[in-house]
Order: sequence, then C-alpha cells, then structure tokens
Amino acid sequence: MTTKTATNNAIFRFRPGFIISWTLLFIGGVIMITPLLFMFSTSLKSAGQVYDLRLIPAAPTLDNYIRVLSDGRFVRWFLNSSLIAVVVTASCLFFDSLVAYTLAKFNFAGRKLVFLAILSTLMIPTEMLVIPWYLMSSKFGWLDSYWGIMFPGMMTAFGVFLMRQFFETVPNDFLEAARIDGLNEFEIWWKIAMPLVTPALSALAIFTFLGNWTAFFWPLIVTTDKDLYTLPVGLSSFAVEQSIQWEMIMTGAAIATIPTLLIFLFFQRYIVRGVMLGGVKG
Amino acid sequence: MSLNRTAAGAGQKPRAWDRLSISTKQIVWAWTFLAVPMLFFTVVRFYPTAEAFYLSLTDWDFLRPASFIGLENYKMLLSDPVFWQVFRNTFAYLLIGTPISIVLSFVIAYYLDRIEFGHGFIRALYFLPFLTTAAAMAWVWRWFYQPPPIGVINSLLGAFGIPAQPFLRSVDQGLPAIMVTAIWAGLGFQIIIFLAGLRAIPATYHEAARVDGLGEFAILRKITLPLLKPTTVFLVVFSSIGFLRIFDQVYNMTSNDPGGPLNTTKPLVLMIYQTAFSSYQMGYAAAQTVVLFLILFAISMGQLWILRSR
Repeated sequence: MTTKTATNNAIFRFRPGFIISWTLLFIGGVIMITPLLFMFSTSLKSAGQVYDLRLIPAAPTLDNYIRVLSDGRFVRWFLNSSLIAVVVTASCLFFDSLVAYTLAKFNFAGRKLVFLAILSTLMIPTEMLVIPWYLMSSKFGWLDSYWGIMFPGMMTAFGVFLMRQFFETVPNDFLEAARIDGLNEFEIWWKIAMPLVTPALSALAIFTFLGNWTAFFWPLIVTTDKDLYTLPVGLSSFAVEQSIQWEMIMTGAAIATIPTLLIFLFFQRYIVRGVMLGGVKG
Repeated sequence: MSLNRTAAGAGQKPRAWDRLSISTKQIVWAWTFLAVPMLFFTVVRFYPTAEAFYLSLTDWDFLRPASFIGLENYKMLLSDPVFWQVFRNTFAYLLIGTPISIVLSFVIAYYLDRIEFGHGFIRALYFLPFLTTAAAMAWVWRWFYQPPPIGVINSLLGAFGIPAQPFLRSVDQGLPAIMVTAIWAGLGFQIIIFLAGLRAIPATYHEAARVDGLGEFAILRKITLPLLKPTTVFLVVFSSIGFLRIFDQVYNMTSNDPGGPLNTTKPLVLMIYQTAFSSYQMGYAAAQTVVLFLILFAISMGQLWILRSR
C-alpha cells in the first residue's frame, strides 16, 4: 500500500497557500519553544540582567550554573534521577517483554485471564494506589529509599500490552527452528525473539525513561530526605527556597531539561518513530 | 502454532524433565516466566487497589488504627464545598483543555503533513516541549506570568499598551493560565500521533476523491476525519485522562498557596495529595481517589462504546 507522503506535498509546493501555511507553522513552532529559549537565556544572565528581557544575554555567563552545581545538591539529584530512570527502564524492558512474549507465544490454561488481569490495571490511576503504596513503604521501611521510589514502576501493563502486539508478529517457524537447534525457552526469547522486536523495545524504553525522568507525584510523596530527591522534586524545593531569584530557578530548570533534549537531538528519528509506535499501538 | 507431542530429542537423557511432553514443558516455562511478574502485579497493583477501596470506608489517619465507618467519607465529601469547587475545577481543566488541545494539534498536524520542506525541523519545534519536565517548565511559565517588569507576558502586553494582567494571582485567570501550560506540554505528542494517523491513510483514497472532483475541504470532512476517528478517540481519551490527573503544574505554579488563590485552581489530585499527606486523613483521601477512579472508568467505558458502535 502506498502512503501519501510524497503525492500531497507536490500539490502544495510553490503555491501561495503553501508559503502561508509554512510561515504560520514556523511561527507557531517558534512560539512553542519560546519558554525553552527564555529559560536558557535567563540561566545565562546575572541577577542584574534578569529584568532585561532580550533573548540574547548582553553578557552571557555560566556563573549561575557554577553556583547551582557547586553545593552538590543538583549533582546528587541528577544522579538519583539517572539511576532511577535507568534501573526502572531496564526492569520494564526485561519483565514487560518476558510477560508479553509468554502471553503471545505460549499455550497454557489461564493465558487470557492473566492478560486481562494485567490489562485491567491500566484502568486504575496511580493516584488511587499511592496511599496503599505509602502504607506498604512505611511498613517495610521503603520510605526515603531508591527502592521506595522505584518499586511501583518496575513493570507496567502498558509495556506488556505494547510488546505483546509485536511478539505476535514474530513467526513461529523461527522459534520452532531454534527449539530444534536445542535452545531452551529462555534462550529462544532472549536470543531469537527479542532482536526481532527492537523497534518496539526502543519505543518502550523512550516512554519509560521519559516517564520516570519527569515523574513528580510519587517521588514527592515517598521522599522527605533531600539526598534522595529526584531532579523534579529537588528542583521544586530549590525553586521555593530561591523565591524570586528567577535566574537561579531557570538554571535549575535548564539542568532538569538538558538531558532529555540532548537525547532527543541524538536520537530524534528513533524517538519520533517510537512515540508513533507506542501511541498508535499502545 | 502446532504443538507436537513428540519432543525433539526426547529419550536421549532419561531425566524427569526430558520425559515431559513439549506442551507440558511449555506450561512449566510459561509459569516460570510469569511467576515474578504475577507476584509483582498482585502486590503492587491488585492488592493496593482493593486496599484503596477498603480504606475509603475507614477513618484511618495514620496514628490510630483504622475503623470501619461505612460511607461516611463519601457523605463528608458530598457536603464539602471545597470538594465541589475542586470538582468544577477538574472538569474545567478537562472540558476546556481537551477540545482546545485536540483541535490545535489536529490543525497543526494536518498542515504539517503537507509540508516537505523543513518538515522534520518544524515537527521538532512542536515536539520538544513534550520532552520537558512538567515540574521544571511550570516554574518557567510561572516566571512568564509574573507582574511587570519581571514577567515576559506582561512586558509583551505592555509593549502593545495592554494593561498588566494578574494571571496566577487572579481567581479568574489562574486556572486558564495553568491550563495553557498543560496544553503546551501535551501538544507535541498529539501532533505526532495525528501525523502518524494521517500518514496511515492510503494515498489512493485521496486520489480517487480528487478524480471524483471533491475539494480539499470535502476530502477532509468525508475521508480524512472519518478514517482518523480511532486516532482522534484515542487522543481525546488520552488527553482527558491527562487533564483529569493534572498535578505537577498546579503544585509548582501555586506552591505558596497550593491550588490557590481561594482553591480556584485546585484539581482533584492536589486535593487528594493535601488530604492524604498534609492532613493525614488517609481514609478521606482514599474516598477521593475512588471518585477519581470512577471518572476515569466512565471515560474509558465511553471510549470503548464509541469505538464499538462504529
């Protein structure tokens, strides 16, 4: 089936309508990134220059970054967030795929029931679970610990649902051939099936990493020890403390934003494709 | 998938495992793979769900043991004027935010889809805000909304001779000001999904329509929009759920008086947070989470119903 990528464009090209829509889209796009531009611009201004709203700082300086990073708190929060996002993402990729593969490729009584049960958890909002999670965490001593922040997200129904659709497209002949070659079921999943669904894995990785990097609600609840704050929670407490020192707040916000933007610049194609995959199939 | 009962290589090693048929082995493997995940989902999802329902029927306050009080929490909720204010706010976020963000993202995606020159670049401009941290960008927007001469927006308005607006300090403008932030953050995702939906419509449909003499608008109304319905329904539900659960932006943009001024920006999740973790009225907060669940449930059922009656 042909898609309409190329055909439609030719019609719009070099017509006044095209120029107008291109210009409007471009202006809209610039408006979209204006908050980001002002954030970075202000983070490079000294306190005295903040009221000067020109986008290009008259005398750009990295002083704010040095001040924000020098007391070590942001470095700590940055490392906390990185560790949590990486571990949770790795866990989701492993377990969500394992469950999804089992549900897609094994025949056993209760398969449908297990799938429906996992799927049904998508109907339950996180906010409903935080009170029981908090109770559980305080009972087991997980408050103010990395595990306490991480445990609710170690597996997701979304990931299982997404991955299952992709594992279903893996031909059974491949798996059968590997079985005859003497691979056990775990090896078949890991060595044969997993490499065949890498686009879906990268989509899941993007969603999980981004979700955990930006997560605010649960980390805010489960941590009171400032050393265990994640970057968003730390930034929030930092901003309250700075009150009207906007250049410092913008610097903190920039530090929280730079990693995901950098990742995007490097992997733009994969990320856009991944979001399309995850959004359409998931 | 055909499961052969004659195991390949069976009988070479006369251990108990090898004597099992392939289908039995498959069952053993399946439950081995599922053991840890099923334990996880039971402990972290199913049990807490049941517990939340149970706690909503108790007066648990974290100090004394919980005692069962029936539907008292729900009665208290229904007679709480703050709850009704919060309820109205939550639906204001949802019912105003969702249509605006859907229409905006569709219009942008519709025109962006037809552009070849600079397509990736313009798409990136719209998509970038989706990758930001809501808690961080809330502070950027909060700064934008400050009174002059600090706030960017008021300075801009001033340049056009428009009087300064109070934005976050106003009972009327606070909620829309926060909503703009949330729409802005979600727009990029919706545009990308609409683009994917538009690209999935076969070109032949449009060509056939054009041969039949249909104009661009007629093609949009009679072919593109109907074929895009599943995408649109998904995005409406996704966006509604997002607005229903709004928290990060409100908490950070009104941190000196969360949900203020006078509770006019407070959404349900912020009320839940304060009830549970500021006043420690865990039972009462649990009842509020059940209300949130019921709203979400209704939206999900609505989605299923719309997609089924197609």
